[in-house]
Amino acid sequence: MPTTTELELSRRGLLAGSAATAAIVAAPVGAAPATPRQATAAPTLPVRFKVNGERRELSLDPRTTLLDALREHLHLTGTKKGCDHGQCGACTVMVDGVRINSCLSLAVMHEGDEITTIEGLGTPDKLHPMQAAFVKYDGYQCGYCTPGQICSAVAVLDEIKRGVPSHAQDDLNAKPTATNVELRERMSGNICRCGAYSNIAEAMAEVAGAKA
Amino acid sequence: MRAFTYERARDAGAAARAVAANPSAKFIAGGTNLLDLMKIEVEVPTHLVDVQDLGFDKIEATRDGGLRIGALVTNTNLAADARVRRDYGVLTRAIVAGASGQLRNKASTAGNLLQRTRCPYFYDTNMACNKRRPGSGCAAIGGYSRQLGVIGVSDACIATFPGDMAVAMRVLDAAVETVDGTGARRSIPMADFHRLWGDRPDQDTVLKQGELITAVTLPKPLGGKHFYEKVRDRASYAYALVSVAAVIQPDGTGRVAFGGVAPKPWRVEAADALLPRGAAAVTARAFQGATPTKDNAFKLPLATRALASVLAEAKA
Repeated sequence: MPTTTELELSRRGLLAGSAATAAIVAAPVGAAPATPRQATAAPTLPVRFKVNGERRELSLDPRTTLLDALREHLHLTGTKKGCDHGQCGACTVMVDGVRINSCLSLAVMHEGDEITTIEGLGTPDKLHPMQAAFVKYDGYQCGYCTPGQICSAVAVLDEIKRGVPSHAQDDLNAKPTATNVELRERMSGNICRCGAYSNIAEAMAEVAGAKA
Repeated sequence: MRAFTYERARDAGAAARAVAANPSAKFIAGGTNLLDLMKIEVEVPTHLVDVQDLGFDKIEATRDGGLRIGALVTNTNLAADARVRRDYGVLTRAIVAGASGQLRNKASTAGNLLQRTRCPYFYDTNMACNKRRPGSGCAAIGGYSRQLGVIGVSDACIATFPGDMAVAMRVLDAAVETVDGTGARRSIPMADFHRLWGDRPDQDTVLKQGELITAVTLPKPLGGKHFYEKVRDRASYAYALVSVAAVIQPDGTGRVAFGGVAPKPWRVEAADALLPRGAAAVTARAFQGATPTKDNAFKLPLATRALASVLAEAKA
């Protein structure tokens, strides 16, 4: 039975504790590192970029991903950490107008960049059309993947508009259109474990002005 | 992730010298594969040299009618280039068959060539892996090998090169241009760029420490019909079990390379010559001497069938 103390652990504390345990368990079994672990982190580095139109300046451990800079340093927690390995898309943000996995990019490499997160798309009082469409079409259940889905969805419609080709196209030289097959192919980097995919595609189709 | 120092290089020579001078330094461009591996400490560089400002982000026509693709051109921009779509369709098709939209926006041309295998034993630091830790053994041999290599592999390693873009570049006879820490430049044919594992599976390519990729060149267009047929476990965003890159001419001759089967894009020129005789003749020659495991032996008939599908479409 868990003790009261254990029950009182915050979810965040518990997750951090579990990760540390996993690391301790893994270390002796795994291959001995080729180089000794450095006791201290490298010196922090300054980085300046714009997030949702606002100039931000941070001093960061070079290891900090763009995702962690947004969440842990700028407290923009709308962007989510799912797998942290570029497989799930929960961390999708737009940098200089194109979507990327913020978990697979170092924050210090974004000097001078313009970053848009879910917080920069709309507000509860003034939803972005894609946010409104996700609500209308039930494009989510638990909501965890949703900020990444919406950022990706907005960027996908822009990619189609700009004529970026996709695997779904028969004719590479034709202009792509927002068909259901196109939307599904282009959204394959965003995983939804609740399985809201068909509703997400309908929401996107409405915003694109096409039929799902 | 281990601690590292970071610099943003201003010119290619300085970048190459910085990495040549430090055996545990690495270049970083898009970083999509490198950071993934750094998080699990499969890659442990002590210094990163960011090459994003070096200006290798253009696609230019060459004097012999081909294209010179800057090393930093993103996968998305390479696939979308009007000249590539029109004249090198196999390349656009291969790129859009790989990864996700988010990754293609960040991944560079050079980084795509340098991506490391997705063998599960390479990723799992609890397992023996000669590629990750030379001399530790290969847990994949006799292990779960369904996705692994069937030809060109060795007793030390049966991993595959996982990419799609390079398979198309192999069919197109592309070449990789580099500069090293001394300023020396060379052009490496795609055929020679990735190594067969032999007893050194830790070395993926023929590049030396500090040798920086500046561009990939494509010879003048081949004409013909271009195909990239990728067979995978789900319809999108998955590595190839088998892929077929092919350029087929109206008379039935052409070129073909296979992905997902070997340490490098797998093309046997003597097999190309058999294309007019059909898929089975081609794969019998291309996969002569294959050493599949019982888990991945299915890749041999799958390669034949994927090619047969391409050839049927080419005739249609």
